[in-house]
Amino acid sequence: MSNIHDKIKAILPEVTIEENGLSMVVVPSEKMPMVASYLSEKESFDSLVALIGNDWGDSLGVVYIIDSTKTNERVILKTSTTDKENPMLYSVVDVWPSADLNEREVYDFFGIRFIGHPDMRRIFLREDWEGYPLRKDYDVSPEANPVPQTNEHNADTTISLQVQPDGSIKEEERVIFAPEDYVVNIGPQHPATHGVMRFRTAIEGETIKKIDPVCGYIHRGVEKLAEGLTYPQTLHFTDRLDYLSAHQNRHALCMCIEEAMGIEVPERAKYIRTIMDELSRIGSHLLLYSTLCMDLGSITAFIYGFRDRDKVLDIFDDTCGGRLIMNYNKIGGVMADIHPEFVAKVKNFIKYMPKGLAEYHALFSGNIIARNRMEGVGVLSKEDAIKYGIFGPTGRASGWANDVRKLEPYGVYDKVDFEQVVMTEGDTYARYMIRLKEIEQSMHIIEQLIDNIPEGDYAVKTKPIIKLPEGNYFKRVEGARGAFGVYIESKGDKTPYRMKFVPQGLNLIGAVDHITRNTKIADLIAIGGSLDYVIPDIDR
Amino acid sequence: MFDFSTITNWIDELLRSCMAPWAVVLVEGLIIGVLLLLVYALIALALIYAERKICAFFQCRYGPNRVGPLGLMQPIADMFKMLIKEIITIKDSDKFLYGLAPFLVIISSMLTFGCMPFGKGLLTLDFNIGVFFIMAVSSIGVLGILLAGWSSNNKFTLIGAMRSGAQMISYELSIGLSILSVVVYAGTMQTSQIIAAQENAWFLFSGHIPMMIAFIIYLIAGTAETNRGPFDLPEAESELTAGYHTEYSGMHFGFYYLAEYLNMFIVSGIASLLFLGGWMPLHIAGWEAFNTVMDYIPSVVWFFMKTAIIMFIIMWFKWTFPRLRIDQLIKFEWKYLLPIGLFNLLLVTLMVVFGWHF
Repeated sequence: MSNIHDKIKAILPEVTIEENGLSMVVVPSEKMPMVASYLSEKESFDSLVALIGNDWGDSLGVVYIIDSTKTNERVILKTSTTDKENPMLYSVVDVWPSADLNEREVYDFFGIRFIGHPDMRRIFLREDWEGYPLRKDYDVSPEANPVPQTNEHNADTTISLQVQPDGSIKEEERVIFAPEDYVVNIGPQHPATHGVMRFRTAIEGETIKKIDPVCGYIHRGVEKLAEGLTYPQTLHFTDRLDYLSAHQNRHALCMCIEEAMGIEVPERAKYIRTIMDELSRIGSHLLLYSTLCMDLGSITAFIYGFRDRDKVLDIFDDTCGGRLIMNYNKIGGVMADIHPEFVAKVKNFIKYMPKGLAEYHALFSGNIIARNRMEGVGVLSKEDAIKYGIFGPTGRASGWANDVRKLEPYGVYDKVDFEQVVMTEGDTYARYMIRLKEIEQSMHIIEQLIDNIPEGDYAVKTKPIIKLPEGNYFKRVEGARGAFGVYIESKGDKTPYRMKFVPQGLNLIGAVDHITRNTKIADLIAIGGSLDYVIPDIDR
Repeated sequence: MFDFSTITNWIDELLRSCMAPWAVVLVEGLIIGVLLLLVYALIALALIYAERKICAFFQCRYGPNRVGPLGLMQPIADMFKMLIKEIITIKDSDKFLYGLAPFLVIISSMLTFGCMPFGKGLLTLDFNIGVFFIMAVSSIGVLGILLAGWSSNNKFTLIGAMRSGAQMISYELSIGLSILSVVVYAGTMQTSQIIAAQENAWFLFSGHIPMMIAFIIYLIAGTAETNRGPFDLPEAESELTAGYHTEYSGMHFGFYYLAEYLNMFIVSGIASLLFLGGWMPLHIAGWEAFNTVMDYIPSVVWFFMKTAIIMFIIMWFKWTFPRLRIDQLIKFEWKYLLPIGLFNLLLVTLMVVFGWHF
């Protein structure tokens, strides 16, 4: 780590290193493009893990967490501007394309405009929204933003800030859709967008020319809300982000807080958490199987998948009391001990599931129509997967081994033997198959753990009001559809100063336009189904 | 075997004895029309129930089981709901065409329905270009679908209608070719004579390989023609919400719904007419005792049994296969089905010329 810090210092002596939980390289804002291109070209820091906007009172800025896929090193950059009236920073979108939607999010929440970003529009809030909600001086009174009575009109043009040859910065108008484009709204109310996501799709006949995703229909301002709540209170938000990997999300937040407080979680809780994570991964992948089949018109396969997912939910129901919103992990362990029948039921399920998988393969994987619909459709190359920051099974289907369980083992993943499934085709069929193979691996993990859950406490006692030591903390887990990260900045209070949830799905949406270019409308549905995004996780 | 024409002739004579000839035609037309409409509605209800039950069994579910014994009253409740629903008018739609489109679909399906050979002596429309007439009236339906998509003022319906137009017109060629094979083999286009020609052996068996090819082509193309899965692209729920009938509500939608189910019945009915002998019992030349036993089963039962079996196969398709993509669908028709059909027509012609059939 310090090695790369020295290298950055060598090319740019102005940088300072800030050690505060995480060690960050503070880069002057005007030097950011130079550092970014140095990191990506010379040092192979090619994967932008998180892009976090923040308001530090006297300055506004961004924290970049960047990984190298070759050396697995990590560098954290921080850049800021003190101009609060018209804050501008340099965009890194040309270096790390996955910054596209993330920078729009920072603009939306903090009002920082990025120079060189092609499309500076709000992403989650309405275009006529007053103020920037995550700024500390934001006016939260309902009068500032009354419930609108009019429809939002989405402009067909956007603004991009570009540096002119003479060094000045000028707003340029960019066209999203030309007047002659035939634009169809796929969503927000559409059976195949899996929630309230909207794709403004320019088509020519059945062929897709361009897609402009419109997010924010289920934006609840979770990050803003979290700033006003104590740490134990923030936990319940995570279940409501990606509700299909509720356990994993909450696991990440709990681990982040536990790490900050220096709590050692009992071994029993770690085992239970890992088993629960894998069970919800199985549940989520079964849901992907079901919905992808339904999107491709095979409704019987859909019901088969749901039949088996129900068995997973029954297991959750016994122990957590919930089937979707689990509320199970808590700071220091888990809420309650496992149900007396938990072990037996899980074993039954593991015994049953291979038969279910065989049935899926017989019904759908081998079907000639299904294969024609999926093979070679929506190919995402490994380079593009890294560029667009496609983590999780989708990235692994393109050949990028990015499993957080292997890279940064947490829970008891370092004690179990499992294979990181990686495929190379990168098409819809690979994305589909990798889920079914991961179900097998998850069952393999559970098999190794279920008989060895150690006796002991399932949680350590913590106080209801927790104060985190001052500092920055970042923790990632492998969610069902990508890496889910939690970034906490604490000023030593009982509430977080900034809590950022790094979503699993935002980058998937960012890549939709790239993947679906020149495919058919029906392919968009298949690709969307195989990307497996969950909207509340994107919108937060 | 009971010949229903004794009843119909008796009614005809009864009416003629007390009415002017034109009035007789009028009254008979009315009676037949009302009867056909009644049967049409009843078959639709039965099919909706059957489809829901069968699909439920494919999917490890119970299906409707709350309304009435075994859920038998469910389709009636559904139909009642459909009848009392508001017909929502769409802003900026072409009101006339929007209203006309569902009627075109139902008229086309109704006219084809009239040609079904329900039983011995139960043929409403039987004239020398019978099969030709069926093909002609059944292709009116695509007009209704195109107009529905166009007049609804909605991009999804328009895409659905364009898909439907491309699909139905393409697959009509294959249907036409396989029907033509049967016509060449039977040597007639009249429905009653085609059935009569299958007295000793159904065409599917007597025409062996070429007829089997024609039958398979007909089944595939017929499934496509009814817009059912795996060819349900025009109303692909997950892509186009509901395709061409997205904007229809109440009984307007009900007409499409009815027509979809009845078209399945019609396609199956024509398949049984052309390949499985219509209402003709299973006869094997020479096996007199067997043939007599078979004759005891009423002709109506034979027809509905054969049709039901083919409908079951079509439902089986739908609840097993995923949906094709539009380019794959068109490619499948023009590159595979149509050439095979043409070749098969040649084969049938040779078979007839050289007498290679049983």
